[in-house]
Amino acid sequence: MEENKAHTSVFAKPKNLKRRKIVNSIMLSLCVVAAVISILPLFYIFFYTTKSGISSLNLDFFTQMPKPVGEAGGGMANGIVGTLILISLGSIIGIPVGILAGIYVTEYSGGIFSNLIKFVTDVLSGVPSIIIGIFAYGVIVIPMQGFSALAGGFALGILMIPTITRITEEMLKLVPQSLREASLALGVSRWKTTLQIVLRTASGGIITGILLAIARAAGETAPLLFTAFGNRFWSTDLNQPIASLPVQIFNYAISPFDDWHKQAWAGALVLISLVFIVNLIVRIVTRDKFANKV
Amino acid sequence: MIFACSIILIVLFIIAEMFQDSVEAREVFGWKFIFSSDWDPVKEKFGALPFIFGTVVSSLLALLISLPISIGVAVFLNELVNKALRTPLSFLIEILAAIPSIIYGFWGIFVLAPFMRNTVQPLLQSTLGFLPFFKGTPYGTGLLTASIILAIMITPIITAITRDVLKAIPTAQREAAYALGATKWEAIKMALLNARSGILGASVLGLGRAIGETMAVTMVIGNRAEISASLFEPAYTMASVIANEFAEASGNLHVSSLIEVGLILFAVTFIINSFARLLIYSFTRKTEGK
Repeated sequence: MEENKAHTSVFAKPKNLKRRKIVNSIMLSLCVVAAVISILPLFYIFFYTTKSGISSLNLDFFTQMPKPVGEAGGGMANGIVGTLILISLGSIIGIPVGILAGIYVTEYSGGIFSNLIKFVTDVLSGVPSIIIGIFAYGVIVIPMQGFSALAGGFALGILMIPTITRITEEMLKLVPQSLREASLALGVSRWKTTLQIVLRTASGGIITGILLAIARAAGETAPLLFTAFGNRFWSTDLNQPIASLPVQIFNYAISPFDDWHKQAWAGALVLISLVFIVNLIVRIVTRDKFANKV
Repeated sequence: MIFACSIILIVLFIIAEMFQDSVEAREVFGWKFIFSSDWDPVKEKFGALPFIFGTVVSSLLALLISLPISIGVAVFLNELVNKALRTPLSFLIEILAAIPSIIYGFWGIFVLAPFMRNTVQPLLQSTLGFLPFFKGTPYGTGLLTASIILAIMITPIITAITRDVLKAIPTAQREAAYALGATKWEAIKMALLNARSGILGASVLGLGRAIGETMAVTMVIGNRAEISASLFEPAYTMASVIANEFAEASGNLHVSSLIEVGLILFAVTFIINSFARLLIYSFTRKTEGK
C-alpha cells in the first residue's frame, strides 16, 4: 500500500518532488556536517597536546626523575619504567588466556559453551575498568595488605583479555579451512594442527591484536589508582606501589602547578603517539590480510 | 580448554568478590542505600542516589548528543563517500576510540571547560535561560561538560556498530527503493528504519560505555554529591566517586559502601551490555539468514 502511494507521488506531483529533493540535500549535508563534527575534537586534541607538550618533551623527560614543585625540568622516568613493568605483568596474564580462549572459540566452536564464552568475553570487555580495579583490590591488595605493582599488573592483564580473544578469533577465522583439513589428512593431531599450522598462519594478525591490547592497557588509569597506586620515587619492586605514566599524568593534571601541567602534557603526548603508531601498524597489517582474502 | 573457562570464572569471581566485600554496607543501610542522598564519610552515612543520578543523566545526555552524529557519520562513511576518503576517515574515527580517557579528561579541563564557561554556557543562559536546566553559575565544569566529553568518546563505538548494521542490510533493498524513484536520502532512511533494532543495540552499548567511563568524567564533572536540575552545576558519578575516594577511604564502612556503589555500577553495565549484545546478535543473525 505504502509503496503504491510513493509511486503515485513520484510521477503525479512534481511540486512534491522538489520538496523531496530539498529534504534529500539537507539530510545528506547534515551527514557531512556530522562527519566533520566527529573528527574535529580529534584534531583539536592532537593539536593542543602537541602544542602544550612538545616543549617539555626532551631526553630529560625519559631519563630524569620528577622534580619537586617549583623546580622546572625533570622527567617521568619512574612512570615510564613503571608502566613498562605493569604492562609486562599484564601481558603475562592477558596474552596466554586471551589467545587460548580465542582458539577455543573458533577451533572447537559450535557448542552452546563456546557461544557462552563469546558472550561473556563481550560482556567482560564492557565492564568498566574501575570495576576491574576494585576486583584486583579485593583479590590482591587486601590479602597482601598494601598497594603493589603486582595488583596493577593483574588488573591490566584482565583488561587485555577480551581484546586479545576477539582479535585471535577474527584472525583464526581468516585461516582457510582447507589448510586445517590438509594437515588433519596428513595425520597430524588436532592440537598440533592448531598450534603449528593455524596459529602460525594467523600469527601476524594476533601480534597486532596484542599490540592493540597493550596500547589500550598503557593508557588505563582508573584501575591503577588503588592497585599500583603510584609512587614519587624510583621503584621496581613488585610488592611495592609503583608509578605509572597515566596515573602521574592524572595527579599532575589536577594539581595547580604550571610546571606539572607541562610535564603532564608531555606525558599525554607520549601516550597519544603510542596509540596512534600502534593503530597505524594494526591498520596496515590487517588491510594486507583482507586484501589477500579478497 | 581450561583458559576459555577462566574467562567465565573471572566474571563470576568479580561478582562474588564484590558481593562479599560490600556485605557490611548492605547490612547497615539495606535498600535505603540506593534512595538516600546523604554521603558523609565523617558521620559514616552513605547513600548512593546522587551518584546514580549523575551517572544516568550524564550518560543519557551524552547518548542524546552522540546518536544523531554517529548515525550521520555512519551513513556518510557507508553510503556517500568514495573509497579513497573512507579508509583514512574511518581510521581517524577508530583513533578517537583509542585515545586514553585520561587525555580526554586533561583536554576537558584545559580546553573544553574554559570554552564552556566563557562561550557556550553564557550563550545558553541568554537564549534559553528561563529553563531550569540552564540556571546557576556557569563554572565550566559540570554535568553538561561531562556529557559532551562522553559524547565524543562514545561516538566512534556507536558509529562502528551502526556501520556494520547498515552493511548487513541487503543492497537489493536500496536498489528497489531507487527503482521506485526514491531520492538518495529516502533510500537511506528506509535502510535506517530496517536497521533500527541494530542501531538501538549500538546506542545501548554506547550508553554502557558512557556509564562506566571514569577518568575523563571525574576530571570535568566537578565532583559534588548533589542533585540539581541545572546542567551547569557540578555533580558526581558512581565511577568517579570510587576513583576519588577508594584509595583514601576511612573505615571499613566507607570502603564497603564504595564497593557497593561499584556493585550497582557493575550490575547496571552488565544488564545494559547483555541487552545490547543480544540485540546486535539477533539482528546480524536475522539478516545473515535472509
